[in-house]
Amino acid sequence: MADTKDHAGTPGSGRPEPGSGRPGRVRYTATTLLRPFVDYRRLAWLWVRAFAQYPLSLVLMSLAVTVSVLTQVGAVVILFGHAGALAGFSVMEGLLVFGLASSAFGIADMFAGSVERLGNHIRSGTLDAMLIRPVSPLVQVAADEFSPRRLGKVVPALAILGVALSEVDVEWSAAKVGLPVLMVLSGTLICAAIWVITGCLQFFVADAREAANSLTYGGQALTEYPIAIYGQEVVRSVTYVVPLAFISWQPALLVLDRPDPLGMPEQLRYLGPVVAVLLCLCAALTWRFGLRHYRSTGS
Amino acid sequence: MTPNETLHRETPGEPIIEAVGLGRDFVLSEGPFLRRTRRRVSAVGDVTFTVRAGEIVGYLGPNGAGKSSTMKMLTGILTPTSGTVRVAGLEPARRRTRLAAEIGVVFGQRTTLWWDLPLRDSLSLTRHLYRVPEREHAERLAELTELLELGPFLDTPVRQLSLGQRMRGDLTAALLHAPRLLVLDEPTIGLDVVSKSTIREFLLRTNAERGTTILITTHDLGDVERLCDRVMVIDHGRLVFDGDLPELRATVPVPRVLVVDLAAPAPRIEVPGAHAVRVEGPRQWLELRDNPARVIAEVAGDHEVVDLTLREPDIETVVSSLYRGTVSVERADGS
Repeated sequence: MADTKDHAGTPGSGRPEPGSGRPGRVRYTATTLLRPFVDYRRLAWLWVRAFAQYPLSLVLMSLAVTVSVLTQVGAVVILFGHAGALAGFSVMEGLLVFGLASSAFGIADMFAGSVERLGNHIRSGTLDAMLIRPVSPLVQVAADEFSPRRLGKVVPALAILGVALSEVDVEWSAAKVGLPVLMVLSGTLICAAIWVITGCLQFFVADAREAANSLTYGGQALTEYPIAIYGQEVVRSVTYVVPLAFISWQPALLVLDRPDPLGMPEQLRYLGPVVAVLLCLCAALTWRFGLRHYRSTGS
Repeated sequence: MTPNETLHRETPGEPIIEAVGLGRDFVLSEGPFLRRTRRRVSAVGDVTFTVRAGEIVGYLGPNGAGKSSTMKMLTGILTPTSGTVRVAGLEPARRRTRLAAEIGVVFGQRTTLWWDLPLRDSLSLTRHLYRVPEREHAERLAELTELLELGPFLDTPVRQLSLGQRMRGDLTAALLHAPRLLVLDEPTIGLDVVSKSTIREFLLRTNAERGTTILITTHDLGDVERLCDRVMVIDHGRLVFDGDLPELRATVPVPRVLVVDLAAPAPRIEVPGAHAVRVEGPRQWLELRDNPARVIAEVAGDHEVVDLTLREPDIETVVSSLYRGTVSVERADGS
């Protein structure tokens, strides 16, 4: 968002010309570029207020999510504790991988997880209602039923990441401090992009949700452990085919400054943000393609 | 926003919808998994029409004729597979978000409001999404609240509203950003007589005062007779009629009927230019093939007539005979 603000100052950028239906080129200004975020916030806030009407339910649901995260953490600790080290990763280093993966997944789920319900919107016709509003339907679908309960996952995940980062044996230089933030950010974008891409399947196949979940939730389970333990074939496919390796595995190698145990190119670990941007671009194109082929329902 | 300075009925404005050869196909996959066959089905064939600013146009057709598909292409929901369409100067599917500011859409079958929010909050959220200035919104909401009598249920959650209330809420949401074109897909479906008439009066007023163009699909021919200057009839994806109501009546030879009340029951009347199609005691229904004045003179010469009424064929009969006509033509072509 920071770079979009710069455009505000460039000469010639003003509000898009008001007026009636004159077909003109879309002018991108700070205002128009920020619109999706502003609209998202408004729609999300609406749901927060709606959920806040039942505070007890909200708290219990959040706690349930937190408990499930903590169970997974327990599994990691026990596994690494018994094995001593997996793929050369100690318990704390294992938790670092876990923290990166579940933070990225949790934040992506919070902001874009609703996209997986696209099929429901198509079947019930609510997508039609979204399409006639002057707001990106992707924003509307993503913000739909935005629930603060998902913080129940994000907060403990970030906490574990924080603990792991402070415990692992790393020399923190000034340059390295910003690294975890960038990693979580690009991991989040990768997760969200995969979510959108798989969600778009529902434009074509009515019940693609389960198939998509194998990639989204399955991918999450995969990235919570140092993926070297799954063997070379898996690592290759999640590096080059579905780039899940850039969510937690390559970033962890970068932070820990460790050679790749499978001998993959060392440069890969710097590519996280690039992969994230490319994948988001890919997601945007898929979404457009899906929308162009949207068939709507009868009536 | 520009007030309608002239009487639109006499001087229609610039084109607001221009559809040329518009069509939409769907690919259907059928049969078991491995022997699945793909079949192209045309929902809308080759539809060409122009709607000018200020018109109220009824878009009629039986279920599955392609009405909704056309509406969805006009609003940018569906991408056409052939032909071109411009609405308010924009290509809907490509410039959907931009177009949304120029048009208001109401689907009778489903709401565009947020189910769990009070109507007032739904409308205020709509204001933000459409970027309507606060003051303009307040003024327009006050006006619409009065015209559509929203007052009693502005603070009720949408899911608790009756169908008629919800429809009035939806209309308000569609009009708050002062669109130039209002697209209504079966807006009176399932409503009682009072709600229907409130909505019709309101639409006429909106059209007259603001010059809002209205395109309306409906199965309720009362809507058509009350509202529409012009009717387009679509059947099997093709426009089979485009003109005003008198023309529509003239197109399809549905004869006028003269209802004659005689002083006493009489045998079936047969006179030159008319014959009785129904007899009930002293009342007879004569189907006219000729000038009614001459028929009346003939009948009055032979019988003692108590009362007379001349019935124009109602639009329902005309339209359904139009559908039937095209159905049989299509079948003849197809086989």
